[in-house]
Amino acid sequence: MMDIGFLKTLSEARGVSGNEGEVRDHLARTLRGVVDELITDTIGNLIAVRRGTGESPLRVMVAAHMDEVGLMITAADANGYLRFQPVGGIDARVLPAKRVLVGKDAVPGIIGVKPVHLTEPSERRNVLKVDQLYIDIGAKSKDEALGIAPLGEFATFDTPFQYLQGASIEGDEPRGRISGKCFDDRAGCFILHNLLQKQYPFDLYGVFTVQEEVGLRGARVAAFGIDPDLAFVLEGTVCDDSPKEDDISPTTTLGLGAAISIADASVIADRRLVDLLIETATEEGIPYQIKQPMVGGTDAGAIHLQREGIPSVPVAVPSRYLHSPESVIDLLDLQHTIRLVGAALERLPAVWGSRGGVA
Amino acid sequence: MTTAEFLKTITEAHGVSGYEHDVRDIVVQEFSALCDEVRVDPMGSVWGVKRGTVGGRRIMLAGHMDEIGLIVKKLDKHVIRFTQVGGFDVRVLPGQPVWVHGRQSMPGVIGMRPPHVMPAAERDKVIPMEDLFIDVGLTAEELAQQIRVGDTITLRRGYVELKNGLVASKAMDDRAAVASLLECLQVLQGLKHNWDVYAVATVQEEVGLRGAMTSAYGVAPDAAIAVDVTFARTPELPETGTVEADKGPGIARGPNLHPVMYDRLVETAKRYEMPYQPEPVPGASGTDAWAIQVSRQGVPTALLGLPLRYMHTPVETLSLRDVERCGRLMAYFIADLDDTILDSFRPALPEGE
Repeated sequence: MMDIGFLKTLSEARGVSGNEGEVRDHLARTLRGVVDELITDTIGNLIAVRRGTGESPLRVMVAAHMDEVGLMITAADANGYLRFQPVGGIDARVLPAKRVLVGKDAVPGIIGVKPVHLTEPSERRNVLKVDQLYIDIGAKSKDEALGIAPLGEFATFDTPFQYLQGASIEGDEPRGRISGKCFDDRAGCFILHNLLQKQYPFDLYGVFTVQEEVGLRGARVAAFGIDPDLAFVLEGTVCDDSPKEDDISPTTTLGLGAAISIADASVIADRRLVDLLIETATEEGIPYQIKQPMVGGTDAGAIHLQREGIPSVPVAVPSRYLHSPESVIDLLDLQHTIRLVGAALERLPAVWGSRGGVA
Repeated sequence: MTTAEFLKTITEAHGVSGYEHDVRDIVVQEFSALCDEVRVDPMGSVWGVKRGTVGGRRIMLAGHMDEIGLIVKKLDKHVIRFTQVGGFDVRVLPGQPVWVHGRQSMPGVIGMRPPHVMPAAERDKVIPMEDLFIDVGLTAEELAQQIRVGDTITLRRGYVELKNGLVASKAMDDRAAVASLLECLQVLQGLKHNWDVYAVATVQEEVGLRGAMTSAYGVAPDAAIAVDVTFARTPELPETGTVEADKGPGIARGPNLHPVMYDRLVETAKRYEMPYQPEPVPGASGTDAWAIQVSRQGVPTALLGLPLRYMHTPVETLSLRDVERCGRLMAYFIADLDDTILDSFRPALPEGE
């Protein structure tokens, strides 16, 4: 069944946009011998090709992004404190008093804050801006700090993977929730890794993309190169189901199953693929939910506009507290998403003619 | 256990003010190996008693073992609403991992709505504590079975080593002081001392110096040294009112502290060539020293400060060397103590005409 140990490995691996090597290496190492070809391109995408049985001429792309939001070191001061800027969309309010790992050697660091005792009450009503924050790695001088973390080095949240109360993967049915960093989109990477363990009637191009968080950049060039007939994009998506006073959509709800996108801010999903997913879920008895339309953006936004257009659909695992140091997903949602996309891929040749036409 | 191992172990243990039991068990065990007697008083503070060669005179060392934390206020569907025990800056809480000590202790996170659904204007607003919540991953029904109003919550951030001997953890305030007491007891194993030493790990400091108040009454010491953390300089802090990390403990001076105790600690530091930093404290020190000083008929009290960055956050950072230096300073001070100091505690009066 699902190897959650590998999800832990992916979640704890460090790969801010533009620096996805560690994630890529974990994936490549475990896919070697499983897939027929492992290719990297110049931007850093990992393309895993699983040749089909030959029954279908389709060329299918399934994408998940390897990168995560994080920080980049931009300066050091005379006393050895590091200044930084976010890479990707981070709400500055999650940064104070967090632990981070800096640079390729994962040097522990602290995002410091002034003690509450020395803070005026009025000051505590102001959000701390990124420019006011710094990372303390214990360095004593600028030279020492920059020796450890040269300008342009990346830092990630230091978040150990955690089973929450009652979570278990014993038996066939996993249960409960887990917390960790960047299930956006290591959950997607994990699902794609699972899907690649099987052979399909068509050639499957599993693409682990780079730089999604800074503008869907890896997926764009990969889709151009592969030129698939259609694409599925696997995500860890917004789940905003905490109790709120106003009647605000939760976007998705934890535990209700795989989240199918009809549209997000970057793409109107191909309706035929949406229908395929819904029919598959219904007929196979796989729990699913429709994600609140127009929230967030995905690699599908770049993929569907390549060449003459590539029909695309995002499918996702709901993830609470996205882009914060601690996100939470439900293990059953994860399993349901793997099952749903796996089953939809099986059904695909029957409903999809070659090169973009409906059968 | 070495002082470093002890510091890691007790900072990673959990004990909000009034709920120090897990920490206490560790302190009792480690103090027992170094003391003639270990006692727990009615409030829950631990006294490690190491007898002196002469005896009869008592010096009390105090470091508090409680930590600031949170407490369950209400169960709201599948999340926990909370308030605090001791003082946090609410701005450090979003996105923090926590332990919720319900029927069992369970991990949770302080949830943060993602930027994807957050109107830009919202990002400029600090989220008040009543709008924050903890998610332990249970459904509303499961949560109601596991968690009750009043359960305590601690931060889930363990010990980590930074460069140059700095270490960070939750609850360095004030478990690092308890570690300095252990270091002192270890050093005293190899030194001769006349006075009885009462190393006290106090409770409930963060809610009003309460353990120190009752322990000082019980011990009835002739002199006392409180150890607490003090503000280490960081980029946004002024030079006044702060000390440097890794340059030795602060020795506090001011109305809360007895001038003779201050002078003798400074002399000790100089005699043994130990680094220290004089620290002016113009009024209430806000530490156990404040309560101990006025126990019974008054106790001449000193205050040593462990320079700490990011106080009252999950990433409190200090120098391990400073903890050891503080322990050694106390040990050598105690080894040099004799009854002559008692005379100097009362101000001499001028002869009559």
